[in-house]
Amino acid sequence: MGERLVDAPSLSGTDTAGRASGPSQPVRGLSRLFRRHRRLGLLSLLSPPVLWMLVIYIGSLVLLVISAFFALDPKSQKPTTEFTTANITDALSNESAIRLFLQTVVIAAIVTISCVLIALPTSFFIAKIAPRWMRRGLMVSILLPLWAGYMVKTYAWRAMVAPAGGNKFAAEGRGGGGFLASQLGWTPGFSKTSVVIALVYLWLPYMVLPIYAGLERLPTSLLDAAGDLGARPMRTFRSVIFPLLLPSIAAGSIFTFSLSLGDYILPRLVVDGKERVMFGELINSTLGAPNQPLAAAFTVWPLLVIVMYLFAMKRAGAFDNL
Amino acid sequence: MSDTPAIQLVGLRKSFGAGEHEVVAVDSVDLTIDDGEFFSLLGPSGSGKTTVLRMIAGFELPTAGAILLQGHDVTRQAPYDRDVNTVFQDYALFPHMTVLENIEYGLKVKKVGRHERRRRAAEMLDSVRLGNYGHRKPSQLSGGQRQRVALARALVNRPKVLLLDEPLGALDLKLREEMQVELKAIQREVGITFVFVTHDQGEALSMSNRIAVFNLGRIEQVGTPREIYDHPETSFVAGFVGTSNVLSAALSHELMGVAGVHSVRPERIRVVQEHTAESEVTVAGVVTDVQYLGADSRIRVELADGSPLLANVPSDGLVGVAIGGPIRLAWSRFAAFAVADTVPLHDIHEHDIHEHDIPQQHQQHDIIHSQGGDQ
Repeated sequence: MGERLVDAPSLSGTDTAGRASGPSQPVRGLSRLFRRHRRLGLLSLLSPPVLWMLVIYIGSLVLLVISAFFALDPKSQKPTTEFTTANITDALSNESAIRLFLQTVVIAAIVTISCVLIALPTSFFIAKIAPRWMRRGLMVSILLPLWAGYMVKTYAWRAMVAPAGGNKFAAEGRGGGGFLASQLGWTPGFSKTSVVIALVYLWLPYMVLPIYAGLERLPTSLLDAAGDLGARPMRTFRSVIFPLLLPSIAAGSIFTFSLSLGDYILPRLVVDGKERVMFGELINSTLGAPNQPLAAAFTVWPLLVIVMYLFAMKRAGAFDNL
Repeated sequence: MSDTPAIQLVGLRKSFGAGEHEVVAVDSVDLTIDDGEFFSLLGPSGSGKTTVLRMIAGFELPTAGAILLQGHDVTRQAPYDRDVNTVFQDYALFPHMTVLENIEYGLKVKKVGRHERRRRAAEMLDSVRLGNYGHRKPSQLSGGQRQRVALARALVNRPKVLLLDEPLGALDLKLREEMQVELKAIQREVGITFVFVTHDQGEALSMSNRIAVFNLGRIEQVGTPREIYDHPETSFVAGFVGTSNVLSAALSHELMGVAGVHSVRPERIRVVQEHTAESEVTVAGVVTDVQYLGADSRIRVELADGSPLLANVPSDGLVGVAIGGPIRLAWSRFAAFAVADTVPLHDIHEHDIHEHDIPQQHQQHDIIHSQGGDQ
């Protein structure tokens, strides 16, 4: 503490030399330099993450867009640096691609709405009804599936919905089908319904988390006040809870919607490769065609929708609490 | 005004948890609040006063007992079916609605027509002197303004009873005093029964027609402010409402020849030079502290048996009073009241210490609990 007092004059930038202990001379010189030139300090602090964002994050996106304008060499079928807009025109006019993309948007929307419908009562119970000691346990149980790998969960769902006959994996049962088929005698099978259910299962925590946080911030007295003024529970939900939770719901929907929109592995496994369900599968198979430039051009669609979606959610206040 | 009481509480009990972990928040509370009364529920935090209010509003269901509003049993009714409105401690204004929308909310829910709604809300807004603030959001208002919006939002529904849960607690002293006057004026004007929860004894004394003093989930005393202050029935009330010297049974007997615990207000004690009239009790002691408070001074005295005594005397009567010096005090026999000894000693001292650790404006709760030397 005594040293501190001796140090005090150096705050004004004057040098007090000749101390026995403390950091070495060059380090001290550096911190003094940063103190005198605040901007230099800020720059050195931020340059690593800024470089990362620019080179790896934005850079890869820019490369993706650029590569969409590359032409394929007609002989070797390899991308060249020759400029062409053919890929983009193709991606924007390919009717079956557009139809698949619309289906993808609809599925992502259904997944998002289902997540909201499940997350609202779940988070309400955890945040406002469950006793305090139970809350942490419930939140952990909601977040626990996030610890399991994506592939593990995907295969688990495949095993869950697999229909009788023609199964590839032991967990899907030998002839009798997966868990649902063998235990309940009914399964949505390898279908779009299964894709939706599995995606809801995968992304639900991302919806519960922001809604729970929003409800935590919502004073319980507001709910009491609405009831006190004569509002029945549904009215309270409609006029007080929902509008105040809208930013949280919007924030959660960004996760569920964009993650669903881009998913291509789960639908492939859960539908057993019989048909393309999601747009990502088309991009993936185009990539493997191999036609990387066309695949890049296809990404224009989801990029466009996500940017529009982000703007819409910004208006709903999704970023107000960031 | 009718003869039916606005509120009747019958054997009201509320406990949380069960079995060994059961915590009783409110126990055997019987209370009748008359129509048009300004009634205060006064008590320290955790005394159960807010829980009683929340049960009247319908936010909590009683474990046992009954609640009658205007003679009708509403014990099991939901809040939205009860003809009462609440002003919340944190105001609970809807942040996404404007001030006007907040005030209109109750009328809108009850399907009052748009024009009627607008007119009544605007009228109400005027009467709380916020006529020009209708289109602001609650976040753009000061604490005192929010408080008035909360009041307007509740009153616009013309409830039979208005419940106020420490509504002035978050305001600073000056504003609080203004609002006390204003609230009282509004209550007289609208003639609605007000049930006012507070831990501030000064607030309760200055505003109420009657007060119920709560302690540890039970009612200690119900009465007018005068009755509560001048004739506290229990040692707790004596100490919590204003400042009191609570004399133990032994000391009461020794000094006054009476049985039971007694309380004497410090302002009823005088400094005297000699033995005085027969009707007075005199006692000698040593001054341990003198606090100068302006017009008055507060003298702390240690009696011969070691128990403390507190006296409030005019500052110009302090001649010859010095810390460490001898002093003689006297009070009229009529100034001492027998009180039921309701609070264990250690509780009072904890309360005392707490009040002294946190300097507050209303620091008059402290109590001197004198003990007999043979205890």
